[in-house]
Amino acid sequence: MSIATLPTRRDEAWRYADMDGVARLGVDALDAWQAIDVPAGDNVTRCMIVGSDAPEIYRFRVNLGEGAQAAFFVTNAGRDYTRVEIEVRLARGAHFEFGGVTIGGGKATREFVTQVVHAEPDATSNQTIRAVHWNTGTGNFLGEIKVARHAQKTDAAQDFKGLLLEAGASANAVPQLEIFADDVKCAHGATVGALDEGARFYMMARGLDPATAQRLLVQAFIGDAFVSLEDEVERETLLDAALGALEGARL
Amino acid sequence: MLIIDNLHATVGGGDNPKPILKGLTLSIKAGEIHAIMGPNGAGKSTLANVLGGKPGYEVTAGSVTFKGEDLLALDPHERAAAGLFLGFQYPVEIPGVSNVQFLREALNAQRKSRDEAPLSGGEFLKLAKDKAALLQMDMEMLKRQVNVGFSGGEKKRAEMVQMGILDPAFAVLDETDSGLDIDALRIVGAGINSIMRSPDKGVLLITHYQRLLDVVKPDKVSILADGRIVETGGPELALRLEAEGYDTVMA
Repeated sequence: MSIATLPTRRDEAWRYADMDGVARLGVDALDAWQAIDVPAGDNVTRCMIVGSDAPEIYRFRVNLGEGAQAAFFVTNAGRDYTRVEIEVRLARGAHFEFGGVTIGGGKATREFVTQVVHAEPDATSNQTIRAVHWNTGTGNFLGEIKVARHAQKTDAAQDFKGLLLEAGASANAVPQLEIFADDVKCAHGATVGALDEGARFYMMARGLDPATAQRLLVQAFIGDAFVSLEDEVERETLLDAALGALEGARL
Repeated sequence: MLIIDNLHATVGGGDNPKPILKGLTLSIKAGEIHAIMGPNGAGKSTLANVLGGKPGYEVTAGSVTFKGEDLLALDPHERAAAGLFLGFQYPVEIPGVSNVQFLREALNAQRKSRDEAPLSGGEFLKLAKDKAALLQMDMEMLKRQVNVGFSGGEKKRAEMVQMGILDPAFAVLDETDSGLDIDALRIVGAGINSIMRSPDKGVLLITHYQRLLDVVKPDKVSILADGRIVETGGPELALRLEAEGYDTVMA
């Protein structure tokens, strides 16, 4: 199936998108879905650093067989509109793990859009998203969880936290839960706040300059998104990419 | 070493800053441990916070000279690098950052600003181990996140381990004895002696109780009331306060 026209902001999944960036991407780019089929019992881990000076979009359709696992860990540090979209269908006992960080200033919009379909019983999913922005930068997380009528014992969680380093930056979280089964656990949380000034002063009182104190606090903040990534080298790479984007941010 | 002259300071911004320090004058020589006692609300913590450079406190008149330098012209991290250590009454929890990482970064930041070479990971761990042992603190605690899950007493002990590692020229200790049981108080007091009792170092020790002074044995004791030093004497002044109370001694 291909789309002939660009989406509009009236489409729920594009509500906070940068439509100018979408137009520059064009219909063809939007049409390019990557399909990932994980057979029963198998597992797949994807680590990605996305974002550049031009708009980017990544769209995944992930199909998890029985007991299969998929994990995505993404640093989204675009300096222009950058969107990562993941649709996942989980069979019985499958697990989907997602850790995402949007980070950046300027005026760009970075976003994660996920649709997690618990189609069968006993599947689990966990999504941890952190957004750190300054100037008039924006980070979005649109997370939809669908639990089919017979998908009992589903355990789905999503957790979003935004950290805005200055007024003018924004973070948007849109959790959407559609649950048709009656014996499930679905947790979601979203908070947005500023840097902990008490912690920053404490660090400065021990000799850390403001930029280092901020980097450590941001590192701690976004670290949650990558804790379940066991490969330490990959984890460091993703963190470094995010913290690299922090250089030049407002203190 | 530290000369405070006619210091006036307010707390709280906006249209209605509250004057707390109202002409405080005090000087502390190298080699001296100077205890400050005083009733609640006298301005003891404000004095500590002003010396540390905490945001939200404004100096409206007077001066503070530290080792011949205008202390108030320095940012908090520059004060630390100049050799000033502020022991917090309520040490701050920093989730996601380990003590080891925090203190190593802090120490190396201070060393860098003094044109000293940074300590390697191994050198730092050895130093941290020594200082933790001095305060009878389990090294495992230092691997944990800064102050997270520490009891009140553990936090204060951790403050003293930090002081030992950073090895400041001058320490302002704000009610380091509060929240300590008798054994911990003895350990912390002995720690202060061992780290700071030296002809080239000084301590301003804010406390409510004689118990800590029994261990640390100050050279001088001053009473701070309503934003000013109203009386200075030797250790016997603290004993009189303990026996007779502020109202009688200050009358």
